Amino acid sequence: MSDSAVVVEGVSKRFRLYHQRNQSLKAALMRGGRAKYEEFWALRDVSFEVPEGSMFGLMGVNGSGKSTMLKCIAKILRPDNGNITARGKLSALLELGSGFHPELSGRENVYLNGSILGLSKRELDARFDEIVDFAGVEQFIDQPVKNYSSGMYVRLGFSVAINVDPDVLLVDEVLAVGDAAFQDKCMEKFADFRRAGKTVVVVSHAMGTMRTLCDRVAWLDGGRLVEVGRPDELIDRYIDEGHAQRGGAGDSSRWGSGEATLTSVSFVDARDAQTTKVRTGDEATIRLTYDARQRIDKPVFGLAIETLEGVYVWASNTRDADYVPDCIEGEGVVEFHIPRLMLLPGTFDISASIVDFSTTHVYDFRRHCYRFDVDPGTPRESGGLVSLGGDWCNLRSTEKS
Amino acid sequence: MVTIVTQLRGSRELLANLTMREVRGKYKRTALGQIWSLINPLAMMLIFTAVFGQVLRVKVDPGHPSGLHVFALWLVCALLPWNFMSNAMTGGMGSLVGNANLIKKVYFPREVLVAATVLSWDVTFLTEMGVLTVVLLAFGGMPLPWLPLVVVFMAFLTLFALGLGLALSVANVYFRDTQHFVGILMQIWFYATPIVYPFTYVHDEATKLHDKGWHIPLEFLYRLNPMERFTTVFRNLMYDNRFPSLADSLYCVGAGLVSVLIGYWLFTRFEGRMAEEL
Repeated sequence: MSDSAVVVEGVSKRFRLYHQRNQSLKAALMRGGRAKYEEFWALRDVSFEVPEGSMFGLMGVNGSGKSTMLKCIAKILRPDNGNITARGKLSALLELGSGFHPELSGRENVYLNGSILGLSKRELDARFDEIVDFAGVEQFIDQPVKNYSSGMYVRLGFSVAINVDPDVLLVDEVLAVGDAAFQDKCMEKFADFRRAGKTVVVVSHAMGTMRTLCDRVAWLDGGRLVEVGRPDELIDRYIDEGHAQRGGAGDSSRWGSGEATLTSVSFVDARDAQTTKVRTGDEATIRLTYDARQRIDKPVFGLAIETLEGVYVWASNTRDADYVPDCIEGEGVVEFHIPRLMLLPGTFDISASIVDFSTTHVYDFRRHCYRFDVDPGTPRESGGLVSLGGDWCNLRSTEKS
Repeated sequence: MVTIVTQLRGSRELLANLTMREVRGKYKRTALGQIWSLINPLAMMLIFTAVFGQVLRVKVDPGHPSGLHVFALWLVCALLPWNFMSNAMTGGMGSLVGNANLIKKVYFPREVLVAATVLSWDVTFLTEMGVLTVVLLAFGGMPLPWLPLVVVFMAFLTLFALGLGLALSVANVYFRDTQHFVGILMQIWFYATPIVYPFTYVHDEATKLHDKGWHIPLEFLYRLNPMERFTTVFRNLMYDNRFPSLADSLYCVGAGLVSVLIGYWLFTRFEGRMAEEL
């Protein structure tokens, strides 16, 4: 394929696991020669192609070789077998601001880090304002970066890396930096990137983000490539497999650490009766009952709706809605009230979750735990997933009389 | 050699920036700043002059044809090149381990790190030599016409230190003892080089041994040391104000080139697994 930005062919990477590292002379003399080590294959015979202009995701459980793969593409690690060819300029967002010198000012560090990432002085001069502006550190640009807050540090690092204007951008779980406003800016930047026909390779555990952002994903497991394909199909299978491995209580679409569980998820209509059928425009409520076996501080309840085909239609959580209790303990209930259900006819699945405030730790996640049908109602609109509730109006002739 | 030059040219801005980082970072947050780079050799000069010039009464011949006869100046003409080589080499050796964070996260030609450290010491070396030139002039020497040649030999000394730095830096990644080992070796090397005593002492010793019937090629072995040649050449140019011998000059050029070629070859051979070994 000629329009591939990155071609990975039969790549294997072996690590050495030392039982006792002898980096000291005494140890070396006593044991004779180098330390004994075991070999560990972090990647085995992985091949795939990243089409140019695409957003390509790498997914897999921890230790499956995703990050190793990314580092091999970035040329930080050299594969033991196989070949990786990348077209154009690469930039990797592995750890932001890692090239910063704490004693130097922000300005000096922008130039330093930029040149490490391959920018010339002239290019940096031209982009300097944009970089600083994007990071939002204008006031502090002549201060040594050791005085920066960790957020400013990371933002400046991200800003330099993304302004390198690479043809291929490699991103490793760094989407989770900065505050919400900065994350929005990052997302916008990624979108600009794709519009400009640039390629992005991303490693993430955030399946929701992967599903919406990526055009293609590769699934790695134990260093081997399971499959490359469209994200909707692959991510569902990946999640299902994840649960199967976790073993759970026979419920294949449920996981979490279990300090708090969702005891029931139901859909109730305006007369407070549980239902699986509603009409477009009806009032409805999604009711979650929970059981917290121990005190949980600042839990976040989440809901998501998908179509049968797996199209992600909607989601909301209590953190984004700013409705987070200080703590929960014992049994309880929380509801999401929908004054007018603006879904057009179809069949939908609800997923529900309780996670911690950082949304990284899952107490209980029930995927596709409730299915409901939407029948035609009002407003009656012709097709698609959602009703916009709009009106046709203002028909008039614009002929000049 | 060509590949090294093209490689370094391709990343010369990076090299310049990293060198600036080293230079600026070295004395950051010290009250005296860059002045420290002059105080250190000055202190060494005073100590060695006191010990070897006054207490041990090391005899040195006056510079010919410059006519200078000052032990401290004679000493410094060799001490500065030695200090540069020693600092650049040990600095280069530690530069990979010191920048492990960077190596593990970003790709760029790694030899630039070693080269930047060596170059940052070149900046110090240049300042020191500049000050030395002024002092020599004040004492009646005439080093000015020889300065272009001095710069040429500084370049070859830089290559020599760079080669050693490259080789030792990878060795240090895989085997951290290297730096401590090198620390001891540098002390031996220092006294095996005619810095605090003149070469004539070795010559006299060799003659004595010969008279006793010991046939050890002491002078020959002693002169294998490239730093012996470098210090001799720098002394010829700066202190004596005359051309160094052709043999010494060629030896220096050869040592610089061989060192950098072998160093670079070793570096490229072992840099592959560097990111994971750090």
